[in-house]
Amino acid sequence: MDIEVKMTVNGKAVSGKVEARTLLVQFIREHLRMTGTHVGCDTTQCGCCVVHVDGVAMKSCTMLAVQAEGKAITTIEGLAGPDGELHPMQQAFRDHHGLQCGFCTPGMVMMGVDIANRLPGADEKTVRHQLEGNICRCTGYQGIVEAIMDASAVMNAARS
Amino acid sequence: MHNFNYHRAADVADASGKLTSLEDPKILAGGMTLLPTLKNRLAAPSDLIDLAAIADLKGVSVEGDEVVVRAMTPHAVVAASAEVQKALPALAQLAGNIGDPAVRHRGTIGGSVANSDPAADYPAGCVGLDATIVTNKRKIAADDFFLGLFETALEEGEVITSVRFKIPTRAHYMKFRHPASGYAVVGVMVAQYGSKARVAVTGAGPCVFRLSEMEAALEKSFAPSSIANIKVSAEQLMGDIHCSAEYRAHLITVYARRAVEAMV
Amino acid sequence: MGEFAIGQPVTRFEDPRLLRGGGRYVDDLAIPGMLFGQVLRSPHAHAKIKSIDISRAKAAPGVAAVLVNEDWATSGFGDLPRAEGKKKRDGSPMYRPHFPALAKDKVRYVGDPVAFVVAETVEQAQDAAELIDVDYEILPCVTSVALGSEPGAPLVWDDCENNICFVHLEGNKEKTEEAFAKADHIIKKRFVITRVTAATMETRGSIGHYDKAADRYTIYTTLQRALNFREELAETLNIPESRLRVVAGDIGGSFGMKSGVFNEVGLVLLGSKVTGRPVKWVCTRSESFIADAHGRDNVSDAEMALDKNGMFMGLRVRNLVNMGAYTQPGTDAGAFSNLGTLAGVYLTPAIHVDVTAVYTNTNIMRPFRGNGRPEAAFVIERLVDLAADELGIDPAEIRRRNMIPPEKMPFQTGLSFNLDCGEFEQVLDQSLEMVDYKGFEARRAEARKRGKLRGIGMSYTIEKAAAPGYEGAEVRFDRTGSVTVLTGAVTQGQGHETVFKQIVSDTLGIHPDEIHYLQGDTDQVFFGEGTGGSRTAALGGSAVTVATGKVVDKAKKIAAHMMGVDEVDFAEGVFTARETNRTLSMKEVARAAMSPKNIPQGMELGLNATAAYHTTKQNYPNGCHIVELEIDEDTGQVEMDRYVVVDDVGTVLNPLLLKGQIIGGISQGVGQMLMEHIRFDPQDGQNLTGSFMDYAMPHAEIFPHIDIKSHSVPTKTNILGVKGAGEAGCVGALPAVANALVDALSHLGVKHVEMPATPERVWRIMQEAKAGRA
Repeated sequence: MDIEVKMTVNGKAVSGKVEARTLLVQFIREHLRMTGTHVGCDTTQCGCCVVHVDGVAMKSCTMLAVQAEGKAITTIEGLAGPDGELHPMQQAFRDHHGLQCGFCTPGMVMMGVDIANRLPGADEKTVRHQLEGNICRCTGYQGIVEAIMDASAVMNAARS
Repeated sequence: MHNFNYHRAADVADASGKLTSLEDPKILAGGMTLLPTLKNRLAAPSDLIDLAAIADLKGVSVEGDEVVVRAMTPHAVVAASAEVQKALPALAQLAGNIGDPAVRHRGTIGGSVANSDPAADYPAGCVGLDATIVTNKRKIAADDFFLGLFETALEEGEVITSVRFKIPTRAHYMKFRHPASGYAVVGVMVAQYGSKARVAVTGAGPCVFRLSEMEAALEKSFAPSSIANIKVSAEQLMGDIHCSAEYRAHLITVYARRAVEAMV
Repeated sequence: MGEFAIGQPVTRFEDPRLLRGGGRYVDDLAIPGMLFGQVLRSPHAHAKIKSIDISRAKAAPGVAAVLVNEDWATSGFGDLPRAEGKKKRDGSPMYRPHFPALAKDKVRYVGDPVAFVVAETVEQAQDAAELIDVDYEILPCVTSVALGSEPGAPLVWDDCENNICFVHLEGNKEKTEEAFAKADHIIKKRFVITRVTAATMETRGSIGHYDKAADRYTIYTTLQRALNFREELAETLNIPESRLRVVAGDIGGSFGMKSGVFNEVGLVLLGSKVTGRPVKWVCTRSESFIADAHGRDNVSDAEMALDKNGMFMGLRVRNLVNMGAYTQPGTDAGAFSNLGTLAGVYLTPAIHVDVTAVYTNTNIMRPFRGNGRPEAAFVIERLVDLAADELGIDPAEIRRRNMIPPEKMPFQTGLSFNLDCGEFEQVLDQSLEMVDYKGFEARRAEARKRGKLRGIGMSYTIEKAAAPGYEGAEVRFDRTGSVTVLTGAVTQGQGHETVFKQIVSDTLGIHPDEIHYLQGDTDQVFFGEGTGGSRTAALGGSAVTVATGKVVDKAKKIAAHMMGVDEVDFAEGVFTARETNRTLSMKEVARAAMSPKNIPQGMELGLNATAAYHTTKQNYPNGCHIVELEIDEDTGQVEMDRYVVVDDVGTVLNPLLLKGQIIGGISQGVGQMLMEHIRFDPQDGQNLTGSFMDYAMPHAEIFPHIDIKSHSVPTKTNILGVKGAGEAGCVGALPAVANALVDALSHLGVKHVEMPATPERVWRIMQEAKAGRA
């Protein structure tokens, strides 16, 4: 029994027919064919699937597509500016070598933006603690932490 | 995941009705425990009843000597609430350390409490802060609510609508995280209510429990030294490959003491 | 070219794509008509398959095929690649079991593939797999390597005596015995190197596509070495390599694990052949713990002989190495190919190692970040600290005393490695200064006041990289002068695209924006070995350099011809005629080279060039790690506070990427030392760490800021002077953290801390030590 869902993804209205059990991440990846959002575990621990739902970070692997009805979703594909310029968080990840294989990266970047939004000017210890739901196997996190702190400052300056 | 029927409950009565009439239904709150369970095919309910659309079930408020958290309020909202931070900082701090930021944005107090997960934080908050669990049918004292491993006093068709925490003189929550899962291995809420004290422990046993010996000692003198040497029996505690029952018993004393240290 | 030149901290060219969600990992690929596969795995560590009933599964909705061993056996496909070449102690050949993609008659570890369901959706395949009825007769099992080789242990393979796969001896036994006979001190210790898993963030996955009309197979998969993979897989499929195409997209981490030809690769191809449609299989995380190859897992009985001055006289090591239930080429290499690291950077004249590889009822093994190096480094660097403690010599001093001085280079060590260069004492001194070694005792005393036990630990490790090997590179000019570069290497996150573009840009003077990098497609790449063993900078980098050198040589001739002169100079992408002021750019020459009128008679058109670079000499990256950490006396929790590294990886191509490799390696070493551990129930062989709920992964929070400096001593063993950096971080981290832990607890009389040093383990060590002292 398929269910019709409607939501906004990266500013565009989208809809589709899904099974009740279809996860939001499956809807994004398989129905919308936007494959930047990744699945790295099945126990809600790795954070590879983090997207923003109505502006805050959530794990799209632990949310049904039907639960996103009427919500505004932002995925990694929707983060760059209108002219395609990298978001300050994306730029900072590049500058600080905050990614290697790139698989955890979309979730890390989306979580980084969320941290910067919630805790502007967070120190290193706080940023490391805030990454408790995101796992990276390549970088040892140092470049990621530096990137989030750096981008947070840039985003903060842009807000004020 | 096995498939199921999905229902968006219009109000609590609707949810309660569906809960009684459907074959093998489950309430879907934040889904932070339920969905991973379903994904790993460890449960196969026939129907999920989603409470997310019920506006009445969201929000926090301070009412007299109580902090009221409505059932579908996410942990992040409790943690960030200026009202809660002022009236009952220990609760804000507890909520702000559940899971991780993304989980806190979705996970709800109602889901956490209704599940009586042995490693969840909120049960220690409820029992330690002398809370009342309010359902569509009645009010249940937290002391009487958590019955065992994934077992609560909830009856058929009963839906949690809010949790009312009694504001203490002072309180503090400390937890030792599981090295792998990040869940509480030991979480201790210590609260002082005038001359009374409550010490509630989550993570270590099959279900949240109180430590009357520590409570009595703290009621005599609310100081770390009062409880620093009170040993907890490992007999009823859980153990896994990372943390044995004996180690958990030891951690309870350490974390209870540290919680008191943080207050005095 | 200036900002992109070799040695500059160039930010990665692959990043914008990956940061925009434009990665193309295997699960991102969808082929029209694609079906999905689900593997039914053994729930038992050792059991007889009495019967399999697939009738209900076959009838389930959406199911296209259900495959069992018989389907594999009758398909014409043979064994998956099997290891070969080693011998047993009596000289007879190693035990090489058959390795079908689906178990025949018996299952031999929890996770051993039994059946493969192909259906229209993943969910349907999963639903149907639950409907397969397998009747098992459970047999006794053995998962521990120490128990596996004991007489009377359950046999993984009935005709493999004592479960012994092979034996490997290395070094000089006689000389070593003599050294021990003369020794003033002998330090003995059994070290257990735990089993861990790579846990790459992208799990393994494959799409098999058999094109019946062309009678050709294509496999899209996760791997490290596309061409080697094709060679091995073609043999399994019993087809000429030319009828097989292997394609790798972006690889989400591998660290050695994805380098094998796993069962599922064969299964998606057979599934595709049977159904006539492409078949995708992607591992779930929880499945990966029972389906992936694991790493390490050995037991070392080690002894060191010293004279009265603390000089190392000899080293004797007996290793038992867990092979798991099956072997593949490379799964066995961790047992023998990096033992030279045991010699360390020391003068120790006599070393002997005796290795026994043992089958057990566990997942197959593969190299994991270091592949024997961290294991060996742990043994020697822990022994050195134990010796320092026994003889009352400072750990830095005992290392300094025994180090090979630069003037002795080249130096034949006591075990295999023939070092070409290295300035070990300088590296040690820089590290000690960075960490403020002299100020440590004051920091320890301050920590004590806070209820924290502070310890300091160091390691100085050396390894071999780019083991004798080869790599191919090709430079293709398009008609307009832009460039495509191909190599046989396959990046899994290291940043090959960036470094190769740097080299091409630097040597040809072409802007990186005009260079396209292509890898991982056997229909495109003409030659090469692949990535692994810290080889790509040295071998791939050299191959690219040779190829661009050929381009420049040819382009010079064309430019001279075009400008009507005998000789031209080439710099920064510009050819200058010596006699005149005329110049031509590389791009102009490349365009011109497409037309016969511009080139000397007899010359081939175009500027394309290929290179097949090989070296017979490995290089020896080395470095010093120093760690300071604090232990919570109440809980046993460990918090790292300082971590400094000085490394010598020869010429540094890109310091930004180098730092990433070192820190990433450290995080995996620290993970193993503090928390990671694959554990099996000793009775029933169940994997007790089957998800991220039970297998503890290192998070950002556990690491301090890591300070890194490079002390570059270029090697002459390759054109660029580079030494491999991929594994160095991991190699040094294990023993450095272990030594710091022991140091923090040394006042309690603690001599050793087993891995992983979980809070409870450390707490128990403290309890026992205190009880023992009371």
